[in-house]
Amino acid sequence: MLEIKNLRVKVGNHEILKGVNLTVKAGEIHSIMGPNGSGKSTLAQVLAGREAYAVTGGEVIYQGRNLLEMAPEERACEGVFLAFQYPVEIPGVGNTYFLKAALNAIRKHRGLEELDAMDFLTLAKEKMKLLEMDDRLLTRSVNEGFSGGEKKRNEIFQMAVLEPRLSILDETDSGLDIDALRIVANGVNALRSSERAILVVTHYQRLLNYIIPDYVHVLVDGRIVKSGGKELALELEARGYAWVEAEAQAATAATA
Amino acid sequence: MTAVMQGTDSYLERFSRFEPHVAGRDWAPFQPVRRAALARFAELGFPTTQDEDWRFTSVAPIAKTAFAFSADGGDDPARRDLTPFTFAGLDCSQLVFVNGRYSPALSSLRSLPAGVAVSSLANALTMYPDLLEAHLARYADYQGDAFTALNTAFMEDGAFVHIRRGTVLQEPIHLLYLSTRTAAPVITHPRNLIVGGEDSQATIVEDYVSLGGEVYFSNGVTEVVVGQSGVLSHYLIERESPQAFNVSTLRIQQDRSSSVASHSVLVGGALVRNNVHPVLAGEGGECLINGLFMATGRQHMDNYMRVEHASPHCDSRQFYHGILDGSSRGVFHGRIVVHKDAQKTDAKQTNRNLLLSEDAQIDTKPQLEIYADDVKCTHGATIGQVNEEAIFYLRSRGIAKEAARALLLFAFAEESLQRMKVEPIRKHLEGLVERWLPQGALLEAVR
Repeated sequence: MLEIKNLRVKVGNHEILKGVNLTVKAGEIHSIMGPNGSGKSTLAQVLAGREAYAVTGGEVIYQGRNLLEMAPEERACEGVFLAFQYPVEIPGVGNTYFLKAALNAIRKHRGLEELDAMDFLTLAKEKMKLLEMDDRLLTRSVNEGFSGGEKKRNEIFQMAVLEPRLSILDETDSGLDIDALRIVANGVNALRSSERAILVVTHYQRLLNYIIPDYVHVLVDGRIVKSGGKELALELEARGYAWVEAEAQAATAATA
Repeated sequence: MTAVMQGTDSYLERFSRFEPHVAGRDWAPFQPVRRAALARFAELGFPTTQDEDWRFTSVAPIAKTAFAFSADGGDDPARRDLTPFTFAGLDCSQLVFVNGRYSPALSSLRSLPAGVAVSSLANALTMYPDLLEAHLARYADYQGDAFTALNTAFMEDGAFVHIRRGTVLQEPIHLLYLSTRTAAPVITHPRNLIVGGEDSQATIVEDYVSLGGEVYFSNGVTEVVVGQSGVLSHYLIERESPQAFNVSTLRIQQDRSSSVASHSVLVGGALVRNNVHPVLAGEGGECLINGLFMATGRQHMDNYMRVEHASPHCDSRQFYHGILDGSSRGVFHGRIVVHKDAQKTDAKQTNRNLLLSEDAQIDTKPQLEIYADDVKCTHGATIGQVNEEAIFYLRSRGIAKEAARALLLFAFAEESLQRMKVEPIRKHLEGLVERWLPQGALLEAVR
């Protein structure tokens, strides 16, 4: 479904991703872990089409197409979804109105009939139940005045409504208490299927107790330096990142 | 400077021909005030940018234009021409003025509750002489303001609305000022008097529109008087042609515990000055001054607020939002004057602006004059661009870039529109905003 080949990305003069390789097949859950500043969020944002980053090398193939040539909205319409680390507050734009507009843009792109207000509300309420969200959040402006936990839940709620093929969760677990974490994980797990893939970007292993990944990758200084199964996450939790960084440095020294 | 003098002279010369024309008629009691206003205009001349209150706005284009005082040879509009300017789903009386003159044929007065009088100002001279005597030209400052002086010297027609004590007028009164295609640029001086008695309630809409695209000048003055515990909402809609000049002065006199809302939506005109001047003259009054101005091309929109707290325990709230595109220029001048005895004043002013292009410009200037010592006055102004983070967020959910932009601009405008309580009017204005916005048509797809 997603093939990232030797991806290099700069912000200004600073190279953040230095040749990332990653293949994600439909039905799989991959976790990208790594210390702060390793480039995890950059990778997530580049996949969603953030224009502030300059891709200087490599390619990203999504469902057989060059993802990097697609506008952010086109990516969304083709089924890419990013759950933001810092969801944006948009005063004056109602949550319901916004999400209905998004869903209908995507449905239109896929040749499906647009949902009317009633049908949309039925769908939205059903998904809100899944995320144990207060109905009143629907009538508020997008993320405005939401608590940190409400914002993260709102991201997963949007994901549940839009039903993306490739979901990228960017530190969705940060700032969540254990109950909220469980609820958010339930929302994500409800979307698991053989046609969908999920990329979980996280600093901690905690979330992975609830969203069990097929593969775990460690990103250090802009490169994936180690990959393994779900047990790698536990090892990182127990031993920290220093040993992986040391291994990576040794490997770089050896090839140099 | 020479051009300005020439401009003033031509009005003096004009007055000598105009005065005999009104002097012998029902206007006779107002001859002294006319003369005083003209004399004052002659002294003041048109303001220049040296004048602190006009620092950001040059009225030279108005001063230099030789305007005709009547619209002879103008088109005769038909009733169907008014359709775009009516509010769907709202039953209301409409007074229509064509190039400054009341048009009985185009106006439609519905049956009004007892205690409500609505007529043209010219007709009110004979029907309600006492009310006119008591209020007309008593509030608007022809001593200090050249345009008000000019209007007062040349006033001939406009609207008169009187709501008797204890009367609630549910339906808004729509005052529609149409300008038509004329042979030469025309100047008009609409003059309105709205008198709300004690404990009365009413909504008035002042709406300036063009049927042709020519240069003309509307120099309107509206005096609003609201008695004790009275409630009044005033809407100003400026949607004239991009060639038109418009100076609108709204002077509000508020008695004890009265509540007034002034809403303005400006999208039209080449050079627009929107003066709003409430005086909170009785204890416990409150005043909301809410506005949205959207300019593009070479439009110039100047909003001059002067909120006067003359009594204790009054609240005023100013919220003005500007969206400026093209090479347009916007001005927000918000002055709050708190008189010596106006203790416990609570005055707040907020002006927020979005600049959509590099050539667009805004000057925003708060000004507080406080002579009392126990007051709460706050002001804040912001100037910014459309939030790119928010655009990316919307796009990442599938909403196209241009639609995302339109959506954010609309949301910004909507903050002003939401304060407008009459739903059919608000919906109509939302449509006006949508049509104005670049790519606003996209909103229909996503709404």
